[in-house]
Amino acid sequence: MWLQKTQFFVRAFGRGRNLTASMIEVRNLSKAYGGFHAARNVSFSVATGQACGFLGPNGAGKTTTMRVITGYMPATSGSVSVEGFDVFEDSFEVRRRIGYLPETPPLYLEMRVTSYLSHVAALRGVPRSRIPEARDRVIAECGLEQVSTRLCGHLSKGYRQRVGLAQALIHDPAVLILDEPTIGLDPAQIIDIRQLIRRLATERTVVLSTHILPEVAQICQKVVIISAGRVVVEKDLTEITRAGSLEDEYLKHVSGDVPADAEAADA
Amino acid sequence: MRNVFVIAWRDIRAVFVSPIAYVVLTGFLLLAGWFFFNLLGQFNRMVAMYSGLQGYDTTWLNLNDAVVAPLLQNLSVVLLIVVPMLTMRSYAEERSTGTYELLFTSPVRVGEIVLGKFLAGACFVSLMVGLTLVYAGILLWFGNPEIGLLVSGFLGLYLVALSYIAVGNFASALTSNQIIAAVTSLVILLLLFVISWPADGASETTKAVLQYLSVTDHFSTMIRGIVDTKDLVYFASLTVVFLFLTHRAVESARWK
Repeated sequence: MWLQKTQFFVRAFGRGRNLTASMIEVRNLSKAYGGFHAARNVSFSVATGQACGFLGPNGAGKTTTMRVITGYMPATSGSVSVEGFDVFEDSFEVRRRIGYLPETPPLYLEMRVTSYLSHVAALRGVPRSRIPEARDRVIAECGLEQVSTRLCGHLSKGYRQRVGLAQALIHDPAVLILDEPTIGLDPAQIIDIRQLIRRLATERTVVLSTHILPEVAQICQKVVIISAGRVVVEKDLTEITRAGSLEDEYLKHVSGDVPADAEAADA
Repeated sequence: MRNVFVIAWRDIRAVFVSPIAYVVLTGFLLLAGWFFFNLLGQFNRMVAMYSGLQGYDTTWLNLNDAVVAPLLQNLSVVLLIVVPMLTMRSYAEERSTGTYELLFTSPVRVGEIVLGKFLAGACFVSLMVGLTLVYAGILLWFGNPEIGLLVSGFLGLYLVALSYIAVGNFASALTSNQIIAAVTSLVILLLLFVISWPADGASETTKAVLQYLSVTDHFSTMIRGIVDTKDLVYFASLTVVFLFLTHRAVESARWK
């Protein structure tokens, strides 16, 4: 017990942990797949407790950046730190602090919702005795009571997204990374999920990628716009709305298949 | 260590909640039963035929050589085909459905994933090989085969199956397409099976190398009842090498 505590102490405060005010620090992150640069010199930071909207057209590099932050894949250059821990050096410390919902919820379709969530809890390092408690907590938090005994493969898209969120919350992380959580849902489901995320964002640091602008206006305090792998805007939402609308700001900086995206934003 | 079991347990459950486990077990046992039935029938006919001949040496006609040895040989070929179909999902499916992202953003080491997935496959082939022990039981009940030969033969079959699992996992870690994974592991396994074919006409060194690499050569030694450390080391190293390659394949995919 004593040893564990000391180790924790050494981990938390030793080994070059860089304590800053911001929860997530992305510095000059670049990622290349062969010759293709998905992200170039991306830098931004998210303060503790803040909800950050990560905007950009399809293929701008949002998913790539998020995958690097979560430790799914290493960056070509640059660094990311979460609560002072470097994603590459202290990958496990970072992973313990992050809940991640990828673009497609990572469900094992042949599992029941409860056993799936228990499995993820075990995988995320929740102590065995506390797994049922953690599972019931996220089931309540994400409104999954009615489907908890169903197979993941039999759930509607909206419920799959909720199970995906529940899975990201199971180890009670301080940071939530959500990759397009409302994509492909019907309007009622979108409203549902947004409300859920807004509730979750009150006590957590959230990074939310989307190309639906009103979503950001509803949930986030901060906006990062990325286009062709580069950060073009990093501002507080109030700062943007004071000067004009978020849409104008977006259109000003993003070129390419913008009209389609703007339409999607209106929808 | 806990993570290894968490991953293994999920994979095992996935096989048993789907029809895969039952289809594979039924098919495998059906084929094994067919082999056993026919080998035994043939053995009976031979005994009836030769027992009429006075003064003819019939020591070569025994259960071990006439039934167990060919049965195990046949089973190792069936496993060669079945195991790739079992292991093709292990990594490829997770990659294509996106659960890979869950696995690799969890605080779990790549080594633990590799071991967990191998353990799951190992459990399943333990069940498969374990069920074929029924035939050994039948022979022991009604006849008198040599026990030592049975033990070393079935141990050989089990080791063969374990190394097949490692090879299959490796092939699955290379791709997100399950069919490619199955074909790749089938090809690797078949090559290991027949690699000593040119040994007869080759030079001394080449011959030794080819024979050492061959699964068949090591397995047939064990079927003949010889448990040599050389063969045990061969199967252990084959398994370990392919698990190591799996680890490398998984790691390198993340860096691309």
